[in-house]
Amino acid sequence: MNLTLQVWRQKNSRETGRFETYAVKDVSSEMSFLEMFDVLNERLIEEGKEPIAFDHDCREGICGMCSMYINGRAHGPWKGTTTCQLHMREYKDGDTIVVEPWRAGAFPVIKDLIVDRTAFDRIIQAGGFISVNTGNAVDANALPIEKQRADDSFMAAACIGCGACVAACKNASAMLFVSAKVSHLALLPQGEPEKKQRALNMIAQMDKEGFGSCTNTYACEAECPKEISVMNIARLNREYLNSSLSSD
Amino acid sequence: MLNSKIPAGPMEEKWKEYKAHCKLVNPANKRKLEVIIVGTGLAGSSAAASLGELGYKVKAFCFQDSPRRAHSIAAQGGINAAKNYQNDGDSVFRLFYDTVKGGDYRAREGNVYRLAEVSASIIDQCVAQGVPFAREYGGLLSNRSFGGTQVQRTFYAAGQTGQQLLIGAYQALERQVGLGNVKMYSRHEMLEVVIIDGKARGIIVRNLVTGELERHFGHAVLLCTGGYGNVFYLSTNAMGCNVTAAWKAHKKGAYFGNPCFTQIHPTCIPVSGDHQSKLTLMSESLRNDGRIWVPKQQGDTRTPNQIPEEERDYYLERRYPAFGNLVPRDVASRAAKERCDAGYGVGSSRQAVYLDYASAIKRYGEIEAGKQSLDNPTEAKIIELGKAVVEEKYGNLFDMYAKITGENPYETPMRIYPAVHYTMGGLWVDYELMTSVPGLYALGEANFSDHGANRLGASALMQGLADGYFVIPYTIGNYLADDIRTANIPTSHPAFEEAEKSVRDRINRLMNIKGKRSVESFHKRLGKIMWDKCGMARNEQGLSEAIKEIRALKSEFWSDVRIPGEINEINPELDKANRVADFIELGELMCIDALNRRESCGGHFREESQTEDGEAKRDDAQFSYVSAWEYMSDSDWNLQKEDLHFDIVKPSQRSYK
Repeated sequence: MNLTLQVWRQKNSRETGRFETYAVKDVSSEMSFLEMFDVLNERLIEEGKEPIAFDHDCREGICGMCSMYINGRAHGPWKGTTTCQLHMREYKDGDTIVVEPWRAGAFPVIKDLIVDRTAFDRIIQAGGFISVNTGNAVDANALPIEKQRADDSFMAAACIGCGACVAACKNASAMLFVSAKVSHLALLPQGEPEKKQRALNMIAQMDKEGFGSCTNTYACEAECPKEISVMNIARLNREYLNSSLSSD
Repeated sequence: MLNSKIPAGPMEEKWKEYKAHCKLVNPANKRKLEVIIVGTGLAGSSAAASLGELGYKVKAFCFQDSPRRAHSIAAQGGINAAKNYQNDGDSVFRLFYDTVKGGDYRAREGNVYRLAEVSASIIDQCVAQGVPFAREYGGLLSNRSFGGTQVQRTFYAAGQTGQQLLIGAYQALERQVGLGNVKMYSRHEMLEVVIIDGKARGIIVRNLVTGELERHFGHAVLLCTGGYGNVFYLSTNAMGCNVTAAWKAHKKGAYFGNPCFTQIHPTCIPVSGDHQSKLTLMSESLRNDGRIWVPKQQGDTRTPNQIPEEERDYYLERRYPAFGNLVPRDVASRAAKERCDAGYGVGSSRQAVYLDYASAIKRYGEIEAGKQSLDNPTEAKIIELGKAVVEEKYGNLFDMYAKITGENPYETPMRIYPAVHYTMGGLWVDYELMTSVPGLYALGEANFSDHGANRLGASALMQGLADGYFVIPYTIGNYLADDIRTANIPTSHPAFEEAEKSVRDRINRLMNIKGKRSVESFHKRLGKIMWDKCGMARNEQGLSEAIKEIRALKSEFWSDVRIPGEINEINPELDKANRVADFIELGELMCIDALNRRESCGGHFREESQTEDGEAKRDDAQFSYVSAWEYMSDSDWNLQKEDLHFDIVKPSQRSYK
């Protein structure tokens, strides 16, 4: 099939960007979306032009590095799918596809489709962990955990930190990301002792990074490639309120 | 020459003795000692967190945008540990024995025993960090079985075990970053080791955003940079996985151990066309319940569901009745290749076999119907119940298959074929994980040490975390204790100047070639040579040809590669060119190593050395050693041999029949 791509090109974080149009020919329906970009980049290199820079690594939907905003949707049209797992059989001959980077003040563009997501790392530094030094652990089965709790915790822990939730949100809020981590840890007995401080610290860092507020549109859940539930946001709000109101 | 530094004494006492007598560094001195860690996968993150907790000043580097992206994250199936929670006869000894046997008697007993010994602590540590392993209804941890073993010792978190373990280690690392004990440098790539007075004292890195070169001093340098499977172009590795850090270390004096030992994983999604950029693994855990088959008739073009039961060849069950579909990876991969080469392959490429879940769905459906006390359930009801069970166990893997192939694996058998997955070879290290360069360590997949010629499933995660959490915190102290009087060496030292200059010169040289062919095109050609001639089956003629072809490719690369863009900006093509240049050199060494080893063992199958029924035939009399290659000059290596001694596990012809 033949396609028209409109891709955001931006030399670096200082210069302004613009859309460039590219015609891509003979795209196989078996290709992944990123393989279609590989083919286009090979052609650009042959023509002596600069290839399009984009983030990607594992190409199996788990590392969270790929991050394209495709026709107005984070990671494109497929539900529960990262950009690298989107395949070209979704498209038909003659389609036009618009590709942009994640758009959020807290994720500045550093080149073309690449953004800086280190804000997420700093949020984790603020409290997204259980303070247990190596060697401190008791026997793993000394602490039975109700299966349902363990499963719920796992579902929240499935977050890959890609930032699609922020990109999808009109306020560029990071609440789904933060709440997934708070839920993952708060649901487990091991995470209990630091529960209050964790929620407060992570929220404080989130605000400091310049992410927006949550207005419950649920766009984040709809676009999350790991289908993390907005129930986590409700849990985070509860944790935050409890922590803020408690006296100790 | 090569001293593996295995402690004396009985096997089960070696590590205890070592820990009891190794030198320690007091807390005040730890604060003055700087440690550089390159790579933030399981080995790197766990080492950085643990050393930061101990009080060392740590600098950690990764080329990705965040340490959480490292490719350990993609490991699916699980992590082994000798917990014996299932009461099925497991023990440290059994895990040790299975690993040595699974590695086809080409690993060091001392290292493997230590790995088995610390395995249980890894699970404890991860649970304490909040890793959400799968649990039973009683709230205790669940286990599954894996290839090459007869006990259930694999802990897992659905099909995302690597992700959950890495996030655990990443969170521990970020905690230390927050506390100021670790300084993190993401989007930085190591391009040289700095050696001063014979010791590793720092690195040169390139900031991948600005293109600037930076100098970093460390009292010791740890390479936790993973494997080199991408030398084959197509592999299950992430796109960025590379050998560059290890290769720079090698060229600065670190011996490369068993470079030809490559693991070809039996269950990957087959190649679909020339555009393919990587291959995707379907977890080995699928072999627990799936049955592998091909048609009994050559060139059968019927769809799988049209082929009746009696016309299917369940070749693993036929050839290996004791282990069946759970034979080790090397055996399963070769068996698939044998069937496809003989003309029984399936799919449009004929380079695939079926992995079939129909009987598992039926079996689970019947069990479930029994649990729900359904009287005379219909066939359709049983299938429906069975699909739900399979979905809970393997749902994310089935979804991934469906997304990539557009086929529904619940209805039609999956097509799979072997693909490059892991490299057992790596930098040669001693018992302390130190390379042949003092102060330079290699951890995790980057070293060669624990898996011999074939790694068992669910053992990579175990090794990465064992090295980072439980080995290096002890062994590095034993070295740094003698270094407490070494003040930080300023990075204006001539050795730093010189190292930076060599990196700068090479980058300029690459950029100035201004040839006609893309980096990718060279990488693809290298991959094809390696897969065809140094892949699942190797022979003298093919390897000799490959060496010539790689040398020719190298000179072509250095005269005709085209790298667009500038040096001082984000330039993924330049990053890739640096990596591919090193892969080309490594490819040559892999072929030289494979040529030298005129025996078959584990993943290394020399066609000249096989039994009558086509199994790998070892030659212990001549090859019971680790090949440790010393770099002399361009295309010139000197072979050092570390003889292997088996005091406990007596080498025998591996049999899974």
